[in-house]
Amino acid sequence: MPATAAEPDLRSSKNSPSPIAGAAMTGTIATRVLGVVALAAAVVMALLALWVSPPERVQGDAVRFMYLHLPSIWVAYGAFVLTAAASARLLWLSRATSPSGRAERSIRRLDRTAGAASELGVLFTALTLVTGSLWGNLTWGTYWQWDARLTTTVLLFVTYLGYLALRRLPAEPRQRARRAAVMALIAVVNLPIVHYSVNWWRTLHQEASLSLTSDREITGEMYWTLMYSLAAVTVIALWLGVHRYRVLRLEDLAEEDAIAHLLQERRAESADRVRSDESAVTR
Amino acid sequence: MWRDAWLIFRKDLMIERRARITLTQIVPTVLLILVVFAFAFDANASLLGAGAGGLYWVALLFGGVLGAKRSFDIEAEGGNLDALRMGGLEPAAVLCGKAAALAVQLAVIGTATVAGLLILYSVTVDDWLLLVVAAVTGTAAFAVCATLYGAMTVGLRSADTLLPLLLIPVAAPVLLAGTRAFDVALGNSADQGWSWTALLAVVLVTYIAVGWAAAGPLLEDA
Repeated sequence: MPATAAEPDLRSSKNSPSPIAGAAMTGTIATRVLGVVALAAAVVMALLALWVSPPERVQGDAVRFMYLHLPSIWVAYGAFVLTAAASARLLWLSRATSPSGRAERSIRRLDRTAGAASELGVLFTALTLVTGSLWGNLTWGTYWQWDARLTTTVLLFVTYLGYLALRRLPAEPRQRARRAAVMALIAVVNLPIVHYSVNWWRTLHQEASLSLTSDREITGEMYWTLMYSLAAVTVIALWLGVHRYRVLRLEDLAEEDAIAHLLQERRAESADRVRSDESAVTR
Repeated sequence: MWRDAWLIFRKDLMIERRARITLTQIVPTVLLILVVFAFAFDANASLLGAGAGGLYWVALLFGGVLGAKRSFDIEAEGGNLDALRMGGLEPAAVLCGKAAALAVQLAVIGTATVAGLLILYSVTVDDWLLLVVAAVTGTAAFAVCATLYGAMTVGLRSADTLLPLLLIPVAAPVLLAGTRAFDVALGNSADQGWSWTALLAVVLVTYIAVGWAAAGPLLEDA
């Protein structure tokens, strides 16, 4: 891959220390501010959800799980949609047999975006399942029910675990990226099924708490706490996503660094051999 | 394009006719699944009858995983896939032909499974038209999905274990909608059977669109 200002040329690093060390310091003021904002948002969210928001009439304090449960699945949906969008663009750009250097760099960036977003999606789906299970134990009296929403969410979780397994298989980066992109486009079909499962089947799980088309069931402080939680969890997810993207970039750089190092060693070996052959001929 | 697809379709079915893997190995395995389920539910006839729609699709899912694996194993051996690419066949045509051949094999498995349900589980069919249309649409959707995943994992060292992990959860829409449509056709539910069949058709069209877009990258990298 040709080098750019953003992605340093590792092959020119003959006598200098590995550029990975420099690349590791990639934090910007914006990302540090984002980190501080995410931390503050989490603290305020905890205060609102645990103290300010009132208990619900029927469920009591158990309803407080909602402030983490709902934003988690919304963020997971968003992350999986981003994975699919990045994958679609990646496949579009990689149609050419030998893409230009610019297209190649875009493909790498899109692959990392899809990778980071899918990991976030899996993390937040797991969080949804855990909080849902704990909430269910308090309201339904059981941690697990073979309910349509729960079952389809587990299937979604396993689908994306498979996607991550596919991404981890040893393969040439371009090949791995394109295979993963195809899977991301198929896997995203499961999203509407998870979302509409509560309408399509008779389930224990309640229907959507908030709707754009009908009157909302949540009002007052509970509504605003939920809206705030959604914004806070989104900021936290963004911050995690930015850092995961960076780690993926560093992994790419490390891989290229290792290859460049091996090539350098082989070249040095052959140069030594040529020198010794020449000296033998001279003698 | 269609001529290429027809060639691949005929080739795959010819190989299958000679090897008879579907008839002699996959169909008996699927029937064995029905028998094992009967053991698991202690031969409770009412329970088995109520779950027959789901069992059909579960059996087809397992049969499909085996079929998809075999469909691409024959291409991985001896560099057949490279030969197809070098032969100038369109990638979309190759996948289309392979998906159609797999759909025919799955139809054979599905027919045997329905016969097994009628005989072993004593189920009765209320709406044959719904049953057949849902079975054909769902089988086609699953065949396209399984072909894409077969192409995705061909040549990988861990393909044997990876293919079921990737394919089974992603085929959930087919399993869910197919089961609901079959429940109505078998008289186990008063749901909207044709709506579920329409959902199967939407899933089929989505898989075909993704397959069409992804055929080139998938086969070039295989």
